[in-house]
Amino acid sequence: MEMLSYKLTQNTLDIVLSGNYVLQNLPDSLPEMFLQNKISEIHIDGAFLKTWDSSLLVALTYFKEIAKKQNLHITFANLPTGVQKLLELSEASAPHLRHSIAPRADFLTRFGDFGVDIFRRIIKGTRFTFDNLKTFFCSFFKTMSTRRVDFLFALDTCGPSALPIVLLISFMVGLILAFVGAVQLQTFGAQVYVASLVTIGMTRIMGAIMVGIIMAGRTGASFAATIGTMQVNEEIDALRTMGIPVNQFLVLPRLKALVLTMPILTMLADFAGIFGGAFVAVLALDIPLSEFIRYAVNAWKLKHFFVGIFHALVFGFIIALSGCYFGIECSRSADSVGKSTTNAVVYGIVWMIVATGLITLVLQRLGI
Amino acid sequence: MMTNVIKAKNLSVGYGTNVLLKNADFEVKSGDIFIIMGGSGCGKSTLLKVLTGLVEPLDGSFDLLGADFLQINESERQELCRKTGILYQGGALFSSMTLAENIAMPLTQYSSYSQKTIDELVGLKLALVGLRGYENYYPSEISGGMKKRAGLARALALDPQIVYFDEPSAGLDPVSSARLDELMLEINENLKTTLVVVTHELQSIFAIGTNSIYLDASTKTITAKGNPKELLTNPPNERVAEFLTRGKK
Ligand SMILES: Nc1ncnc2c1ncn2[C@@H]1O[C@H](COP(=O)(O)OP(=O)(O)OP(=O)(O)O)[C@@H](O)[C@H]1O
Ligand SMILES: [Mg+2]
Repeated sequence: MEMLSYKLTQNTLDIVLSGNYVLQNLPDSLPEMFLQNKISEIHIDGAFLKTWDSSLLVALTYFKEIAKKQNLHITFANLPTGVQKLLELSEASAPHLRHSIAPRADFLTRFGDFGVDIFRRIIKGTRFTFDNLKTFFCSFFKTMSTRRVDFLFALDTCGPSALPIVLLISFMVGLILAFVGAVQLQTFGAQVYVASLVTIGMTRIMGAIMVGIIMAGRTGASFAATIGTMQVNEEIDALRTMGIPVNQFLVLPRLKALVLTMPILTMLADFAGIFGGAFVAVLALDIPLSEFIRYAVNAWKLKHFFVGIFHALVFGFIIALSGCYFGIECSRSADSVGKSTTNAVVYGIVWMIVATGLITLVLQRLGI
Repeated sequence: MMTNVIKAKNLSVGYGTNVLLKNADFEVKSGDIFIIMGGSGCGKSTLLKVLTGLVEPLDGSFDLLGADFLQINESERQELCRKTGILYQGGALFSSMTLAENIAMPLTQYSSYSQKTIDELVGLKLALVGLRGYENYYPSEISGGMKKRAGLARALALDPQIVYFDEPSAGLDPVSSARLDELMLEINENLKTTLVVVTHELQSIFAIGTNSIYLDASTKTITAKGNPKELLTNPPNERVAEFLTRGKK
């Protein structure tokens, strides 16, 4: 049965509602009807209505609005009292006017705004970095409002918990390095130099980079997510209003933990990588273990080792600062936490690569 | 027609060994505004969680809209849940959606309405709670009281038969709180919705409540039942009298 039937007689539209008007869509044929016919009056009768829900209100509001727009006379008869009250109630609420949206600016303005925005972000990021580096170095001379347990907790997530994955990946990288190197070295019959290749490669740069990338994805992301969620819950506002410096309370323990663990993880990663190389050398290239060790020890130089450790230290700062920065910059919604986590990882890795480039350039000039 | 929409039988509520309410029996009748009262920490929110299926009761059972809630399967439960709406304390709006999208979500998920009808319905529900024109705002851009009203609009989206409220007036100014009470009365009267309300607000309790239970933390039982106004004139025990008169007796 049709819940809504209508009849047109001499400019008057009679609408009869009947039965259970529940979960009804707006009738499709009505808009045309208003276009094609000259209507000056609408009568709506609800005498045969049994049950109803909000979709009835939608239909009635729709007719009311059409009547208002086209200046028609509209009357309602026999509507349930609830319906009438609700219609009044919804009409009584004055619409809120949204602030007028600024018209779209021209290309030059937008380009300029874009530039200014980038500039502001650079300033903000730089200030954050300097403030936190200052806090970090001052923390060795002054007591800071940091909770010991926060530091220990961060130390655990940055250290022991990350160790298995770091070792596994470094082992694989050493393995790959040895395989790829061996193919080239074999053409000169010099495959025993695989040992030197893996040792120098891992200690000088690959160990630090692999650990950096793993820690950016693992720890940097978790810093951003934790701090971002605190931002969503207004916990950071609470800290600020208590007069507790966010840098000391949230950033410092994480920064310290990561800067402390990164070199240690890198050292262990170096060993795992060299072990991976030895694995390939002994099992696939038929190089005796003693020979591998001899070449590896010859190639191992303190300067390479320290260059690797220095990289790891710098990466530790970059990852921790990037994670904390994007966590704090998070806005108040669930997907902004996701965004800041992504940003923390992406920017962390990008800045790590930029830093590697700079360090390499400087070391090359210095001849190290 | 006065039928029971909720009927709790020998219901025990708590977490593990921490029992909060023992062997409770109560009925909520269709069209009631049913108030759950009690001191802080006595398990009111937990009882609400049990009734909405978020927490399993320790013992006993309850019927919701005629079905034994603990016996039916998952899909039947979901079906029932669509006939109920909940207003959480903070609104619990989805922060990455605008108000319009928040309210449209249950409609697009569970109904066969066309997009045009949904848009109209969203406008109507927002108008009902006095938020017309805020369709494109995000929850972070509106105030706490507005979030609460928007949450109510979402709870009402599917024309539920029962709406649960957890401390609806907490954090609202007296005027907004009174307006929310009026709104609840209008909804109860005009949409014939049964309301189950957890609240401490005495003024609200007397203004809207038609039936109530009082949960006592020390005995872990329901120590009073009935219309709050009658409970005030004729309190069954000391503690209820104290609660209803703000400790003045
Ligand atoms: N998830 C949980 N696990 C274990 N115990 C809980 C949990 N949630 C609450 N409780 C305990 O249950 C008790 C009752 O909590 P509930 O939130 O139901 O109280 P309430 O009556 O709503 O109080 P209020 O009026 O303060 O909101 C408290 O003592 C609390 O410690
Ligand atoms: Mg509670």
